[in-house]
Formats: sequence, structure tokens, C-alpha cells
Amino acid sequence: MSTLASQTSAVAITRKPVVSIQGVTHHYGATRALDGISLDIPSGLMVGIVGPDGVGKSTLMALIAGSKKMQLGRVNVLGGDIGDVRHRRVVCPQIAYMPQGLGKNLYLELSVYDNVYFMAQLFGLSPAERPTKVRELLEATGLGPFADRPAGKLSGGMKQKVGLCGALVHEPDLLILDEPTTGVDPLSRQQFWTLIDDIRAGRPSMSVVISTAYMDEAQKWDWIVAMDAGRVLATGTPAELMERTGTSDLEKCFIALLPEEKRMGHTELIIPPRPAGKSEIAIDAKGLTRRFGSFTAVDQVTLSIERGEIFGFLGSNGCGKSTTMKMLTGLLPPTEGTATLFGQSVEAGSIEVRKRLGYMTQAFSLYGELTVRQNLVLDARLYHIPPEKAKARIQELVDKFGLGTHLDALAADLPMGLRQRLSLAVAVLHEPEILILDEPTSGVDPVARDSFWELLVDLSRKQGVTIFVTTHFMGEGMRCDRISLMHAGRVLACDDPQKLIEARGATNLEDAFIGYMEDAIAEAALKKDQTKEKSPSNISAAATTVSPSPHSTPSGLQLRLSRILAYTRNETVQIMRDPVRLAFAFVGSALMMLVFGFGITTDVEHIRYAAFDLDQSLESRTYLEEFAGSKRYFTTTAPVRSADEGLRRLQADDISMVLEIPPNFGRNFRKGAGPEVLAQVDGANTFRGETVGQYAEGVHNRMLKDPANGLQIGPKRYTAVFQDRYMYNPTFQSIYSIVPSVPALLLILIPAILMAVSIVREKELGSIINFYVTPTGRMEYLLGKQLPYIGISMINFFILAAMAVFLFGVPIKGSFMMLTLCTLLYVTATTGIGMLISTFTSSQVAAVFITAIVTIVPTIQFSGLLQPVSTLEGNARIVGMIWPTTYYMHASVGAFTKGLGAGLMVQDVIFLGCCIPVLWALSIFGLKKQEK
Amino acid sequence: MTSLLNIWWLGLKELRSLLSDVVMVLFVGYAFSLAIYVQATGTSSEVNNASIAFVDEDHSALSKELINAFYPPRFQIPHTIAASQIQDSMDNGLFMFVVTIPPRFESDLRAGRNPDIQLNIDATAMQQASIGANYVKSITNDRVENFLRRTDAKTRPPIKLVVRKLFNPNADSSWYKSVVAIINQITLLTIVLTGAAVIREREHGTLEHLLVMPLTAFEIAVAKVWANGLVILIATAASLFLVVQMALKVPFAGSHVLWFSGVLLYLFFATALGIFLGTISRSMAQFALLIILVVVSLQLLSGGSTPVESMPNWLQYLTFFLPSRHFVSFSQVIIYRGGGLRAVWLQFLMVGGIGLVFFIYSMALFRKSIAVTK
Repeated sequence: MSTLASQTSAVAITRKPVVSIQGVTHHYGATRALDGISLDIPSGLMVGIVGPDGVGKSTLMALIAGSKKMQLGRVNVLGGDIGDVRHRRVVCPQIAYMPQGLGKNLYLELSVYDNVYFMAQLFGLSPAERPTKVRELLEATGLGPFADRPAGKLSGGMKQKVGLCGALVHEPDLLILDEPTTGVDPLSRQQFWTLIDDIRAGRPSMSVVISTAYMDEAQKWDWIVAMDAGRVLATGTPAELMERTGTSDLEKCFIALLPEEKRMGHTELIIPPRPAGKSEIAIDAKGLTRRFGSFTAVDQVTLSIERGEIFGFLGSNGCGKSTTMKMLTGLLPPTEGTATLFGQSVEAGSIEVRKRLGYMTQAFSLYGELTVRQNLVLDARLYHIPPEKAKARIQELVDKFGLGTHLDALAADLPMGLRQRLSLAVAVLHEPEILILDEPTSGVDPVARDSFWELLVDLSRKQGVTIFVTTHFMGEGMRCDRISLMHAGRVLACDDPQKLIEARGATNLEDAFIGYMEDAIAEAALKKDQTKEKSPSNISAAATTVSPSPHSTPSGLQLRLSRILAYTRNETVQIMRDPVRLAFAFVGSALMMLVFGFGITTDVEHIRYAAFDLDQSLESRTYLEEFAGSKRYFTTTAPVRSADEGLRRLQADDISMVLEIPPNFGRNFRKGAGPEVLAQVDGANTFRGETVGQYAEGVHNRMLKDPANGLQIGPKRYTAVFQDRYMYNPTFQSIYSIVPSVPALLLILIPAILMAVSIVREKELGSIINFYVTPTGRMEYLLGKQLPYIGISMINFFILAAMAVFLFGVPIKGSFMMLTLCTLLYVTATTGIGMLISTFTSSQVAAVFITAIVTIVPTIQFSGLLQPVSTLEGNARIVGMIWPTTYYMHASVGAFTKGLGAGLMVQDVIFLGCCIPVLWALSIFGLKKQEK
Repeated sequence: MTSLLNIWWLGLKELRSLLSDVVMVLFVGYAFSLAIYVQATGTSSEVNNASIAFVDEDHSALSKELINAFYPPRFQIPHTIAASQIQDSMDNGLFMFVVTIPPRFESDLRAGRNPDIQLNIDATAMQQASIGANYVKSITNDRVENFLRRTDAKTRPPIKLVVRKLFNPNADSSWYKSVVAIINQITLLTIVLTGAAVIREREHGTLEHLLVMPLTAFEIAVAKVWANGLVILIATAASLFLVVQMALKVPFAGSHVLWFSGVLLYLFFATALGIFLGTISRSMAQFALLIILVVVSLQLLSGGSTPVESMPNWLQYLTFFLPSRHFVSFSQVIIYRGGGLRAVWLQFLMVGGIGLVFFIYSMALFRKSIAVTK
């Protein structure tokens, strides 16, 4: 490290650039992320891109890595234009890219070993060298003992190490790391950098480009690019830059480099000392402990904070800071221990306590869809501040916090720094005595951070507000009156930051923190009597043994096949470990089969009716008795005695028909006058009313033809006698047609949704970057992801078929083999539809709803489920003709109910087979190999 | 009192958030206007453009006349096929009906015999097969009767059956469908709006912000219930008056007040369900998957698409615990049959009761989920 650094300043200019950027501009909608950047990055160095969040660092790095599509300008990487597909294909095995966000490109369900192994597969390492290589890397990074742990259950620092292993597995020449240490504890951070140094020592030709928001980290690197608002402020070695600006550290140097209007007359923050003398204890905690199941989030935390003190909590993500805060405020009841505020016990959820507290949560947690004013007013109302007072208070805060010009802007549209100030304004609106701030300044640039702290100092020193703040910036820790260092749920030390440094004899707070952490780990190790994680010195020893092994290059086809299988294995493990999607796949379809199978029926039976006999003659009684004899359709209920009663019973849905026989029915019948019988049918449900009316007519006509009952007089009528032949379904029960149709619907809906979600999910979570930056082809990616879902759908098919046969009693009369073949082709096509939809949707919710609508509508309307395809007209007919379900429906109903042989399903097989390549082609066309 | 005020202000915030979500507002607008109109007037279970073929083995004047009696729009122009083709053509789904007119059909009739006609029906096309077969028979019988009447004395049936449809005399299917469509949209959108409101608040971290204020979980949830319920209620009223009553001219036989009281009870249940689903799903994506399963079950088993009494008995008992079933049922009673409170009190009681139990359960779950949010 030190030897490298001493050479660099001289060499930086003469070295050949590894990356050369010319006039690159990048927009997201109306926002300009990069503004005409031109820059040469020298090779073989450790290059840092520094600047606060949102200045375009990540965009620049993604463009260099070739994972983002170039809009304007040109970036040459490793001797060629990265915007050129061919060059990208050639150099992509030499570049490694680790995107921003802890473990963003990891598969959280997969184990540590599988994650790295997956990358090894994608980069085409031969099966023989993969396990050794992966093991070697895991040992070198100290991850060896955790190889089988799912990546989602690792700490932030460990996730970053796994990401690094994945990036190094193919021995790249250019390593691009986007904020690899944000939110990672100081010890892991130190270990991480040691690891990088060791790797560089073993491979001096490798160039490393790193972005960071921690200025102090960048101080040790070879070459710095300072960025702000999409432009480059300055480049050079840290020493050069500090010399140029006449500053002593990089943070101050950065502020000095900012343009004048940005600095806003920035002056160095000076915190006046607290008035001497003991004051009242504001927060007092004794032995606070919180467990979630077997996991101890907070372990025996004891502290007391005085009124008006600024108390800091330093620690990495997930060390228990937020949980401690929630217990102190009564939001979360502690498992053990007590907490008091101003001597009063904190009762979990107590409303009174909350009125004395102001709380600013981690990340922005106000309503982005409301304006600044609306957010403030809402809070004033919820705290029941009288309107007059609230108005004055809001005005006061708006003036003081400089929100005046943004009052009617939506909170979501504010820049980061302003949003934090709005959050603070909201938190102090009701004049709380204690203010709790959970990482208030992450993602805010140094100038805005200082002005934010000015407000805090004012609150503490002038108004006596007790401030409790968490942070992972060491610089902010230095500003607190007292800090406590937290790691893995325990407070390691608690005192004035300066005293902590002196006590350890360290040079700065970070070193002091690392010292305390090492002590804690050593202590824990002593207790357990065994070391789980290797100490940094061992890591460096192991890292040097990572030997560059020569690539044995298998043939192209073999490579492709191996990548397809890599994705298939990956996807299978993921879905097996996701209970919700798994349940949706199997339980969901079985449930829907039940609901559809039993819930949809067009059979109308057991119609309740009542007679209303106004004649009471022999003939009327005969007629009614004959009618009551038709038991299949009609169920006789007590007769009605008045027209009113009949209507009332019809209204209440007690009966569906009143059969009214008029007065003089018998006499008119004997006279041959052709009397009328009135059937009053409940027509509210039109389909049912229609059917009831027809059944009544059917029964009536049959009665008149039966010579035995004496209801016939006059000459005999000659008419055609219909011999009905209900083909395929002799009992004419709808179950035989509905049950075989339901799988056709379910096997398009569920596979398509699962497939679309599996791809869009990768887009949302970020792991799709692995597809962008590895040599994986589009077809390989799609096919690899499709195979597990075809498998799941086939299992589903067998479940549904078994349900149809054994539960619904619908036998399979035709060729089951042929139906299985049709199903295989059908689910390949339906997962293909999901694939196609995933190419133009970007959120999982949209993917689910769009897939549901796109698949359900044509399936129900045009594929013969409700209406036979032969009766469709116009466009509906055309849609019906090309929609795969039409053919599968024919095969399914054919195999179950119609008893069709294999020969009659050949045309279905041919059509379904033709759908597949079309869907593949469209999906490949729609799938982008770069991010927009 | 402060609690009521909190609920009021939080509810107003909820409305404001919803109104700023343009996509959601458009979706609600579409769902309660155009979507209902299309569903009400679109595909019908009526027989339309049915495919039919004849096997004419008689080749008489009568058989020709019978074939010509079938024409669009109800039937397609009939094809004439050979007897040997019946099985194949039906296997391929070319025809729904194939009528076989036997040899000597006309002369048998004239001779005073009743000859058989074979009617092959594709009984897997459930919706149209039964009604369509009846049309085929009555058209054929009419023609036969007319044909014979030219030679025979006029015959008259000894007893005539007059079928009168109550509550919807012209059997206009859009009456029924429009109301079922509204009911389905109420179920879907209430759940989506309320559930999404819970999840959005959690995903954006604003729930945490509310929790540190002097508010209870009950106030937060009730504010969502009234605000989202109100939006749906207004949309329902607009849809009922503008689309159903004005555009589709569906008469409303009963009392509007009574029906809207029922809608309120149902909204209470549906919002509770939305909060429940929003609480148990960890992300919007899971919520979306759950919604599909829940809403499809609620809608299909409600009796809106298939009458409840046609389902198997055990399922009928089960649907007794589905508020959507009672909603469909009391809507029919009030809107078409003009029934009063006496006819629907039991359904109201069931919807309200189930809604209350579910609301209490969802509240407990919501409170618990908040307590363990890390």
C-alpha cells in the first residue's frame, strides 16, 4: 500500500488510462445525472470517486461497467468502446462490477457458497476448477465457516465480502466497486480494505475504481475524482488536492472545491460547550435487552443521558441502534430491563410519553405526496396544537429552517438536504423535550450536513432539548457530547469521544472503535474457546495464496449449457425457499380448481316453486299434481293463498316461481277453450329466469303428450319427436365441461404470473445486474429461468388432473399421454407469455396485475370457456384462433370428456409447438442486456 | 374526542394521498364506469351465432324448409354434411348442433305418424347447449306445424302455459349483470385500496412516523377504513345513478337508503379484509398474488355468476359465511324485487356480524404487526 502510494503521484500522469470518458451526459427523465463528463482514469491504481449521494457516482460506474446503456458520449474501457456490443462481449470477463447497496447483486435465499459458485458458472470456469476456486476465495475472505449460511442472514460487512468474492472469481483486470463500505461497521470496513490491498499486491496490474461517501476513507487511495452535481470538480492524488486547496483533510478539501453558491457562506461548525454543572437526568436505561425469537438484537444496554445533552450512538447497520431507540421511547417493550424518561417509567406505547418526544426516523418518512405545508399542518393537528398557535409555530420553523420558498412543493420533490430539514421541523413542531434522530444525515452532502448540525446545536444549547442521535459517520460522532459505541447488540464503550480516543491511545475515533470491537471479539472468542472468524493477519496470508489459475476454455455450447443450468439451479433454490410463491404455485392452483370446479355451474336444479290454485277443480288439481311429479327440476313448496303472498315469497327469494291456475280453468278445459296457466318466474337473475321458464314449458309440454293423465282432448297433433343426443356428456351436467376447462385457465394464469414475477423481481431487487455484466446470453438467461417453472407447472398439471379424476369424479376417457404432451407444450408457451410481459414491466405489482388481465380476459372470452370458438365472430374469432388456450382447451376437454384419441389432438400439438419459438423470439427481442 | 379528531385528520390525509395517486384514481374511475358498462352489455349467455349443421336424408320440401329456418344472428347459416361426418366434425368442435332428418320424414308426418328427428348437442358447451337446443326444437316444431297447417285443420293446444318474468319482464341481461359488476368492483377495489394504503405506509416508512406520535393503531386503521370506504361509496353511488340507472336504464325497485345501508355494512367487511391482507403480506407483490386468490373466490362463490343453490350442498353451507354471497342476495331483493328490511334483515345481520368479527381480528393482527416492526 505505502509503496504503491509513493509511486503514484509521479506515475499517474504517465500511465496508460484504463478508462477514458469523453463527453458523457446522462439523464433520468428531466434530471441530469451526468453533465458532459470527460476524464481519463489511469490504470493499475486504486482510484476513488468521491462525493455525496446523488451526484452521479453510481451512474458513472454503471456506465463504465457496461451495465447501463450509454445515452450521450463515449467511454473507452480496456482499449475499446464499451457502448459497442462486440467489445463488451470480449471484455466483460475482464471486468468485475459490484453495485451499490449491501448485497444488491446477491441472491438472498442462496447460501454464500452457492452465490459465489453461481458467478463462477456464469463466467465459464470449468466444473473441475470451480469448487477449489470458490473455497479458496471464501477462506481468503474469512467466510469459510459461513459457506452454508443463506446470504440474506449475513451482516452487511459479510454480504459485501460475498459480493467481492463473486466479483473476483474470474480474476478481472478492472474491479469496479460502488460504495462497498456504506453502512458497514468500522472493523469489517478495515478488513475489507486490507483484503483489497492484499489482492492488489498479488495482481499489481489490476485497476480498482471505487466510489464512496466517506471522505476519510478516500484519503489513503492513489488517485481521487471529486464529483458534484454530475460534474467533475477536480482530479489528482489526495496530497495534490489538499495542497491545492490548502486544507488538512479530504472532507474540508471537498467543501473548498465546491462552487461558491453551493458553499452558501459555509463556515466551520463550532459547537459551544455545554453549561457546566449537573443537570437533571432525561433518559435512564438499565439492562435493556430485546430478543426476537432466538436472536438477541439488544443485549444489556445501560446508559443515562442528561437534559440538553447531545448523545450519539455509533454503529453499523443492524447492530441494534434502532431497536434500542424504540425501547427507550416505549415503542417496543423490552424483554428485560427498564427505561425511564424524566424519572417516569416508559410504558410501552404510552401516549403521554410520545407527546414529550420528537422522533426522526431512519430514511425519509414523511408523506411525499403531500406538500411541505400539508405535512407540517397534519402533524400540528395530530398533536392537537390549537390552530392559532400551530400557525405561529409553523411560521417560526419555516423561517428558521429556510423552507419558506418550498412551502407548496411536494415533499417528494425536495432535494435530500431540504427533506432532512423538513423532517426535523416536523419532529420538533410540538416542542418536544427529547429529540431522537435515527441516522438523520445519511445521503446528505457535507455542507447540508453542517447546516443541519447547526440547527441541532441550537436546539440543544439554547432550548435545552436532549438530543439522541445515531450515525455511522465517525465525523458526526466527534460532534456529540458523549457517544456510545455499539456492536452486535452491545454497548462497547460510552464516553466523551475525545476521551475514548485517548483511553485507547488511538489516532482517531475509527481506530478507537476498531480497538474496542477487536477486544469484544477476542473476549467472545475466549468465552467460546474457539475462533470462528480469522483475524485480519490470517486473511492477508491466505489472500496471497489465491493463485491465478489458467482458464481452461470449454467449448461454446458447453459453456452455454452450463450457464442455462446455473440459472435453473439458482431459480429452483430461490423458489423452494420462498414460501409465498411456492404456496401460490401449488396451494393457489388447487384452491382455484376447487372454487372454479364447484363454483361455476350452469345446472339449474331443485327450483323451488309454489302453486296458486284459484280454480280448485279436478282438472287444476290433476295439472298441479302432474307438475309436481317432475322431481328433477322442480321442488314443490307449500301453495300460496293470495297473489300478495306469492309476490312476497318471490321477493324474499323463498321461491323462484308461482304457478297460477286461473278461475274456471276446469270448465274452460272441458269446453276445449284452451285455458291458460300462468307461470310467474323470478327474472332477477336473467340466465336463471330464462332456464326456469324453459324447464316449466318443457314439463308442461311433456304432460300434454302423455295420454295417461287425461289432459289431452281434441284431435291428435302430429309433430316431430326429438331424440336428443347429448354428445360427450350424456347426463348434461356442467361439471364434465367445467372441470376439464379449469386447468386450461389455471395453467396459463399461474405459470405466466410466476415467470413474469421471477424476472421482474430480479429487476426490482437488482440481481439482474449479474445478467448485464456477465457473458450470459439472453436465450440462456430466459431458458434457464423458464425450466423450473415448466417443471412446477407440470407437477401442477398432475395435481389438477388427479383432483379432476378423484375429487370431481370426471374420468379421463381419451389419450392421457397426448394430453401430457400438449400440457408440456402449453406450459412452455404460457411461461413464455409471462416472459414476454416481464420485458416491459418494471415492478412486481404491475407484472402480477398485467399478466392476470392479459391472460384471463382472452382465456375466458375467446378460448371456448364460455362460448364455443365456432360461434365467435370478427376480431374475437381471430384472437380465439391464435390464443394457445383455445387449442389446449380443445385437448383438455377432448381428453377428459369427449374421449378423443391421440390423432385428433395432433393439430393442437402442432399449434402449441409453433407458439413457443415465436414467444421466445419476442422475449429475446424485448429483453435488454443493459439497464436504461 | 381527541381520538375522533385524530381519526378525522388521518382520514383526510388518506384521501389526499389517494387523490394524488393519478393512476389509482383513473383506475377507480374506469372500474366504476366503463368497465361496468362493458361487462353489462358485453358477452351474454344468450345464444348468438351458434354453429349448426344438418344431415338431410329426406331431401323433401319440408326438410329444405327446416334447413332454411335457421339464420343469423342467432344461428350461423347451416352447413349440410353427410351422416358419416357427424362424429369427426363434432370432435373437432366445428358444430354445436347437428340435426339429422331421417328418410321419409315428410311423408311419415303426412301419414299421421310422429317421426323422430335426431338432435346431436355438444354438451360440453354448457351455457348455450341447453337454451340453444330448445330454440332448435321450437323453431323446428313451428315450421312443421305451419307446414302441416296448410293441409290440416287448425289445431290448438288444450292448455297454454304463459310464462311471465317478474322483476325483469324483457329478460334484459344487462340489468342483472350491471349490478353484479358493481358488486364485484366494490369487492376488488375496496380490498386493493385499503390493503395498498397499509402496505404503502409501511414500505415508505411513514407508518413508523405515525407510531411515534400520540396515536393508537386503532385510530390509524379506522382512518383507513372510513377514508377508503368513503371513496368506494361515492364511486358506487355515482356508478349506480349514472351508469346503471341512467345509461343502462335499469329500474331500482326498492329503497335506495336501504341498499346503501347494506353497502356500508359490506364496505366495513371489505376494508377489514383489505387491512388483513395488507398486514399479512410482506410486500406489494405478495399482496397482489393474495388478492387474486381471495377476490376470485369471493366473486365466484358469491352467487353473482352461478346461483348458490346450484352448488354442492356442503359448499352452500360454506358460502353462508361469505359476506359477498349475502351482498349479492340482498342486492337482488332490494334492487329488482323491491323487498324491504323485512326481507333482508338476516343478510344484513350476517354481513355486519362477519364484518365485525373480521374487523376485530384484523385490528389485533395489525396492532401486533406494528409492535414487532423492526
